[in-house]
Amino acid sequence: MKKIKNLHDLEKWRSQILASRPKKLKRVIISSGTCGQASGSLAIIEAFKREIKNQRIEDKIELKVTGCHGFCEMEPNIIIEPDKIFYKQLKPQDVPIIIEKTILNGEIIPSLVYQDPLTGRSYPYQPEIPFYQRQLRWLTEANFYLDPTSLEDYIAYGGYKALAQVLESFSPEQVIEEIIASGLRGRGGAGFPTGRKWQICREAKGPRKFIICNADEGDPGAYMDRSLLEGNPHSVIEGMLIGAYAIGAKEGFIYVRREYPLAVKHVTIAIEQAKEAGLLGESILGSTFNFDLHVVQGAGAFVSGEETSLMASIEGRRAFPRQRPPFPAQSGLWGYPTNINNVETWANIPLIINKGASWFNQVGTERSKGTKIFSLVGKINNTGLVEVPMGITLREIIYEVGGGIKGGRAFKAVQTGGPSGGCLPESLLDLPVDYDTLTKAGSIMGSGGMIVMDEATCMVDVARYFLNFTQEESCGKCVPCRIGTKQMVEILNRIVAGQGEEGDIEKLENLAQTVKGASLCGLGQTAPNPVLTTIRYFRNEYEAHIRDKSCPALVCKDLIIYYIEPEICVGCLLCLKSCPSRAISGERKKPHHIDQSLCIKCGACLEKCPPKVGAIKKYTGRKRDEIMATESSIKNSRVGL
Amino acid sequence: MSCLLIKKMASEDKEIFKGLELNQKSLIHLLHRIQAQYGYIPEEVVDDIAERLKITPSEIFGILTFYKAFALEPRGKHLVTICLGTACHVRGGRQIAEEAERRLGIKAGETTADRQFTLETVNCLGCCAIGPVVVVDGVYHSHVSIDQIEKILKKATEKGDEKN
Ligand SMILES: Cc1cc2nc3c(=O)[nH]c(=O)nc-3n(C[C@H](O)[C@H](O)[C@H](O)COP(=O)(O)O)c2cc1C
Ligand code: FES
Repeated sequence: MKKIKNLHDLEKWRSQILASRPKKLKRVIISSGTCGQASGSLAIIEAFKREIKNQRIEDKIELKVTGCHGFCEMEPNIIIEPDKIFYKQLKPQDVPIIIEKTILNGEIIPSLVYQDPLTGRSYPYQPEIPFYQRQLRWLTEANFYLDPTSLEDYIAYGGYKALAQVLESFSPEQVIEEIIASGLRGRGGAGFPTGRKWQICREAKGPRKFIICNADEGDPGAYMDRSLLEGNPHSVIEGMLIGAYAIGAKEGFIYVRREYPLAVKHVTIAIEQAKEAGLLGESILGSTFNFDLHVVQGAGAFVSGEETSLMASIEGRRAFPRQRPPFPAQSGLWGYPTNINNVETWANIPLIINKGASWFNQVGTERSKGTKIFSLVGKINNTGLVEVPMGITLREIIYEVGGGIKGGRAFKAVQTGGPSGGCLPESLLDLPVDYDTLTKAGSIMGSGGMIVMDEATCMVDVARYFLNFTQEESCGKCVPCRIGTKQMVEILNRIVAGQGEEGDIEKLENLAQTVKGASLCGLGQTAPNPVLTTIRYFRNEYEAHIRDKSCPALVCKDLIIYYIEPEICVGCLLCLKSCPSRAISGERKKPHHIDQSLCIKCGACLEKCPPKVGAIKKYTGRKRDEIMATESSIKNSRVGL
Repeated sequence: MSCLLIKKMASEDKEIFKGLELNQKSLIHLLHRIQAQYGYIPEEVVDDIAERLKITPSEIFGILTFYKAFALEPRGKHLVTICLGTACHVRGGRQIAEEAERRLGIKAGETTADRQFTLETVNCLGCCAIGPVVVVDGVYHSHVSIDQIEKILKKATEKGDEKN
């Protein structure tokens, strides 16, 4: 491949690519990120290829396999251009019908069209779907159009233009000024102003400098970075190139968690392509700027997402954090000045250069600018990745983009910021999404995990879940985090097991303050947040567990029973067959019965009981005690016989 | 571990060390390669690596036990990975993991006596929208319910047998 030497070359190549693309009648875009593939997108792609070949219509249909489109609940899905017809949850057998009816004859197939779960309205065209309507897809829009393994696609989309422009007409200081003026803040969680961070690293003295892309994405329940790296790896690379130029770094690393094999694959391919085209390596785009980029795979440790630990991991050591200062910008990788940013932060850079800081900072609130990608998951109708303007309210995200709560249940809480964040209740849903407002409410913006919880989620269980997570992931270097989180988990374990005592809540609060104040790194300093926010907003649930030994959400195993209502049960044997511990007895057409002493509370029977029958119930508290009392008296009287 | 395997590794050293600087920086990368090739890190190779990379064996054991990615024991023929990330947790991932533990008769992190299955849990696979997620030998299963586990496990063994 010929190396691109300057902006002019790049523009020329771009027009050549665009001119060489045959105009076909229709274009079928298939979303095929990890979640698409998990839902069967590969079989859909195969089916299209097969049909197109069999029917010899290669000249009519163009197939485009892209990264994730964000509407993961509807995977596998396709968009048919030029009209942007959206078909959801496809099966391979749908493909020949789609080709015949829609592609060749322009007819819409109602059964494949998305239906809004709230209004029941059908939306055949992708841009009109409420899930997409309320979004502002500055970074994720490209995922609709790019084959992530094609540099040409990225170039045709206007890629590397920002880099070329920077190398041609920006001094490093001017780049930094532009980023500062944009108001961009780090998307990795803490929200440090990006331009300012670059400036510190640029001004630091050192014979070598490094930059790092943090793609460790440890927050369980979040996958924004995966989707960006997988679907548009060149945008991250371009952002890093611009950053390296501004900071004066010649070498960079992308640290990707090992659970993301497809992201590693795509970013590795992209680096090779960029090298070949003269966009990475020596004298980039014909300039005097040199830069090398390496991919490093994580090895499964949450703490390695913390910047000082991450650097230790790149150096081949255990991912232990260390005291800051000195900050990485002063002393980072192997002691040299190092700038570390999150994937999404890097991906914003080309956009800011292309459109200008004053365009970028028009969107958002006073101190949070631009857009933010969230992974909207949990008990919500439209689960997926959403990109929204800063300042949008949580309510708008959950109800307008997310389509409300699954199964018409009631909303209980939304969790942001992962293990470092908190759970916010209904009363705070009108808060705008903004770094500072969320922090004030006791949570944090975090990297973008947004987990929606409904009335069937127990908040004490959620707090225990997160604390258990941080306790297991605590590296053990400092005492408050290692021992403090352990103590807190033990108290929470007791509470969910029905052995909570008066005073436990206060004990938790005290421990939380110590762990927060005295821990070495962000892991410990934020670990108590999920506990503190659930106590602050859902104290009554803690009290129910402790005082009444009841779990109002019917989640905590030790506090609930499964019970078959004899008047409702139709005796279909389904639950009986599904029970792994043979705790259910009964005959066909006669009410079944659960032997509580054998029941392991796995929930399999409830899953099997046909919803229109609904004979299996969960009970807690007094009702549970009553049932248990009657059961044991019946048993005793039988034994007596 | 059989001597044969050690010998084989020694002869394949060139491949495994290819393109790597022989120092601490390469350690994690190298361990990933060994694990990808053998399914685990045989204890016997630690001294050898230590010598080549000029670090102490204890440093390597430190790494092996710190990071979850590395196994010191051979794994089963099939690897079952169950997500316990937050999104999967609120949709019942824990119950899915417990069902798999029951069906296989082992705890998460263990391998069945017949070396057919290794069961592991992870903190998120990045497919949070379609949870609970179970991955068997690289094949993702979405929206998994308790009663699907039996089928999913059975399919894995059938597939494996086909290959043989
Ligand atoms: C325990 C812990 C885990 C973290 N995990 C991540 C992560 O997975 N991804 C990330 O980008 N930042 C993570 N961070 C934040 C990083 O330390 C760092 O602030 C960030 O990468 C800086 O990038 P930004 O300025 O672009 O946000 C974590 C911090 C802590 C304390
Ligand atoms: S929480 Fe299970 S895939 Fe993310």
